[in-house]
Amino acid sequence: MIRTIVRGLSELAVTAGAVLLLFVVHEVWVTDLWSDRAQDQVAEELREDWAAGAPDGEPDFGQAFAFVHVPRFGEDWTRAVVEGTDPDELEDGPGHYVGSALPGEQGNFAMAGHRVGRGSPFLALDVLAPGDPVVVETVDAWHVYRVTTTTVVDPSESSVVAPTPGGAANGGTTGAFLTMTTCHPKFSTRERLVVHGELETSVGKDVVPDGPAALEEV
Amino acid sequence: MYPWIWRHLPGPLAVRVTTALVLVLAVAALLLFAVFPALDGLWEPRL
Repeated sequence: MIRTIVRGLSELAVTAGAVLLLFVVHEVWVTDLWSDRAQDQVAEELREDWAAGAPDGEPDFGQAFAFVHVPRFGEDWTRAVVEGTDPDELEDGPGHYVGSALPGEQGNFAMAGHRVGRGSPFLALDVLAPGDPVVVETVDAWHVYRVTTTTVVDPSESSVVAPTPGGAANGGTTGAFLTMTTCHPKFSTRERLVVHGELETSVGKDVVPDGPAALEEV
Repeated sequence: MYPWIWRHLPGPLAVRVTTALVLVLAVAALLLFAVFPALDGLWEPRL
């Protein structure tokens, strides 16, 4: 009798352990499969939209509206950026903080992205060094930002996406900034890794259809 | 539970081992590709 109970409990414990391990596998790897597919789809839709004609006004919630190229992450590393930073948007790709500046504008063009799992777009955000280019492609222009600082902050530190990074949420801006945020350390949400950059140049696609030289850097 | 399943697997040892492996993989696949995705959104945090 006792033996049956102990055996039953131990089987339960082993099963629970195996299910937990599988859950980690799901979070870290399997979610990447779905998110990679979703990213491919929003990227394709955006290319099609652009081919059909320039969009006007603000991007629609949940829709891709720009591409971010980070040569440091790989020669052809690019992700479509979607509008919004809720879980559903971040599953598709890096998300643009609603209300923050649009690419090339004065203010802070701020994005969030997952570190581990769900596409892991910002897995390597910690390897970005000051001076590295981050090129944001819109329908008609290339915006070349240069990384200035990398910091680790508390998740409540929302001033990193303020119009002037570190300033007031509704304050003025002192330039055209770029901000990328992700979870830190890897496999944890304890802190946020934040990379800031500043706009170097904006150049029209009619001038350089294939992109600026910064794309070939690093 | 596991001894019970093992006792009820038919065939010689090699066949039983293979069947058991397939069963384990099937359950793992069910969890990874059906159960966990269906429950997605019920837990925090996301990394």
